[in-house]
Amino acid sequence: MGNWIINHGLTSFILVVWMGINIFLFVWFYFFYDLGPQFFYTRHLLGSALAWARAPAAVLNFNCLLILLPVCRNLLSLIRGSFMCCGRTMRKQLDKNLSFHKLVAYMIGLMTAVHMIAHLLNVEWYNNSRQGVYDKLSTALSNLEDTDSTTYLNPIRKTDIIPTYFVFTTIAGLTGVIITLALILIITSSMEVIRRSYFEVFWYTHHLFIIFFAGLVFHGAGRIVRSQQTTDPVHNVTFCKDRSDEWGRIPECPIPQFAGGFPQTWMWVIGPMILYLCERLVRFIRYMQRVTYRKIVMRPSKVLELQLVKSGFKMEVGQYVFLNCPAISQLEWHPFTMTSAPEEDFFSVHIRSAGDWTDKLIDIVQKLPEGAQGPKMGVDGPFGTASEDVFDYEVSMLVGAGIGVTPFASILKSIWYKFKESNPKLRTRKIYFYWLCRETHAFEWFADLLQVLEKEMEERGMGDFLTYKLYLTGWDQSTAHHVRVRFDQDTDAVTGLKQKTHYGRPIWDKEFEQVRKENPTSVVGTFLCGPEALGKVLEKKCVKYSDVDPRKTKFYFNKENF
Amino acid sequence: MGKIEWAMWANEQALASGLILLTGGIVGVAGQFRGWQFAAYAVAAGVFVCLLEYPRSKRSKGTSMARTGQYCFTVCVKAFGPLTRNYYVRAFLHAAICVPGGFMLATVLGCVCLGIASLIYLAAAIHGEHWEPILPRKEIRKPVDSVKNPPQNPPPRPPPEMHRKRVDDLEGAAYDNPMTVTDE
Repeated sequence: MGNWIINHGLTSFILVVWMGINIFLFVWFYFFYDLGPQFFYTRHLLGSALAWARAPAAVLNFNCLLILLPVCRNLLSLIRGSFMCCGRTMRKQLDKNLSFHKLVAYMIGLMTAVHMIAHLLNVEWYNNSRQGVYDKLSTALSNLEDTDSTTYLNPIRKTDIIPTYFVFTTIAGLTGVIITLALILIITSSMEVIRRSYFEVFWYTHHLFIIFFAGLVFHGAGRIVRSQQTTDPVHNVTFCKDRSDEWGRIPECPIPQFAGGFPQTWMWVIGPMILYLCERLVRFIRYMQRVTYRKIVMRPSKVLELQLVKSGFKMEVGQYVFLNCPAISQLEWHPFTMTSAPEEDFFSVHIRSAGDWTDKLIDIVQKLPEGAQGPKMGVDGPFGTASEDVFDYEVSMLVGAGIGVTPFASILKSIWYKFKESNPKLRTRKIYFYWLCRETHAFEWFADLLQVLEKEMEERGMGDFLTYKLYLTGWDQSTAHHVRVRFDQDTDAVTGLKQKTHYGRPIWDKEFEQVRKENPTSVVGTFLCGPEALGKVLEKKCVKYSDVDPRKTKFYFNKENF
Repeated sequence: MGKIEWAMWANEQALASGLILLTGGIVGVAGQFRGWQFAAYAVAAGVFVCLLEYPRSKRSKGTSMARTGQYCFTVCVKAFGPLTRNYYVRAFLHAAICVPGGFMLATVLGCVCLGIASLIYLAAAIHGEHWEPILPRKEIRKPVDSVKNPPQNPPPRPPPEMHRKRVDDLEGAAYDNPMTVTDE
């Protein structure tokens, strides 16, 4: 339990607060509409469907306020920067922004369904009472009218229409249908399978959020939910509800007056909308800033290295940038982890051929004449993720899987720069680096980097500062055979490094046990850039091997999100 | 990433439409709305669409992600052969199914969603995609080496450099066993 609090405490606390607010809003507004005397007549027409429509609406307001915030990446960077004093646990929460975005989205989906079903019933029942299907009071209430048609109760003003006609001719109905459609399209195109494989579909469809928010702001403008107004003399419902024939004729029962509720949704969402607009503006300004190419290197296995220079650009290790190449697509921004160290006077990205966008970019670059500048490139960033905290931990366990080694290129480089300058900021005493890879061909550039580092460290006699272990998960008999033969050689047969490659996956229990043994009193940061499944495993191990005793080894888990 | 397979999105959209149609239908029938017969139809249509769309198609490239427990649905859907394989058929089928949903409010949203799904399927069909079942890969069993056969390359073996055959000296490259090995 104690271990669990160390690693998940704050996250759970945030979720509990969020859920608590949701539940509070739901219950509060449910009872507001279910018990409020001003809604007595409205409830007579609609029953509990009124409260069932309004309670989700309140929760929707709150979640629509939240949904834009986690995707304002520049805003998050700003917050992260101002949290520098507040410790890493606080900042780590900001890395879970997309998980929170999804969670809020699920809540919006669920509440939309409840809200919509309740309103389907409402429209049907309003229409029925308008047509005199129910009791005398319902009919009387529906017939209420005045010359300006402003104090009525039933928003269906005609007796000869069908619910569909009503919905498509009112502001609330029409915007409701449109934004629900937009929401459905957004949700179906953001399913894991689409998002991971056909990013463009996901990316473009997600921009329906503009329609969604535009519709949302005007959704309440029709003022369809109507409550009874105080009149003089007071219209006492308990006395008058059975005397609808005498309304307006006896002094105790004046004709009840109704008015629509003031639309509130826009007040909830206007702030985040402005923030998001600023966010997009910042992105646009970043896009317009001039970026020059320092060097373009074509690495083996179709890996392109771009070394870029931009004035005023300052990065931290393990951060990423968004690149936009208008020659390929005006609208698409793609994230790339930077592989250069902050100590270098440029920033670099390694781009592996992996899809349409990257293929096109590599194609354009390959056609360039020698020494020419590349195509115009917009750069937004840098954006921080957990790995900039690496130096705050005494001991760091870095786990890179597949393409996930890229952020660690920057970290390792930077560590070695800091070491050379004996930078006092570097608290790290020891680094364990695990590299899991199916095949190393695409990452030859990374092995090169490791090799350089290894040599440098050895020359300075700090060979035990960095312990790295390579795990080749995709191997066959012939590799194994090859390795057996070269067993007694100094360097590894696959990578040419001093450390021997392991075959198969690491046995994490053994690794964690070893780290704990070698660092009995340290705070260990575990950093992963890799698949979700591995993250789950490591997270569990971190909890398992952490000690509640503050003097003993503790593991903190960090993950990069892509 | 690679080429967009529209059918993948169409499938998600159609499945969601099926659920929405079903929900709308249930609300319509349970609330005894005017014209609830259309809602009853929507329940049936929703269930049908969900059953048809539940098994996800195999992707033309890359790992296919099957939905949980879709195997038995896959077999059923596969049994209809070209009818379920062809996305033109699906596009027109969904377009036809969605029409009666438009006659009543509770099912209007499901109807429009299914209409959109039908359009995406049409796009998929125009791009030449078709439905492929995801079936568990059959293990191709290698013939078990008979114990009676002697090892083809017994030790002592040459160092790995020698494995690569020298083209200039084919005869030298051919390796012969130090002693003849025969089957008893």
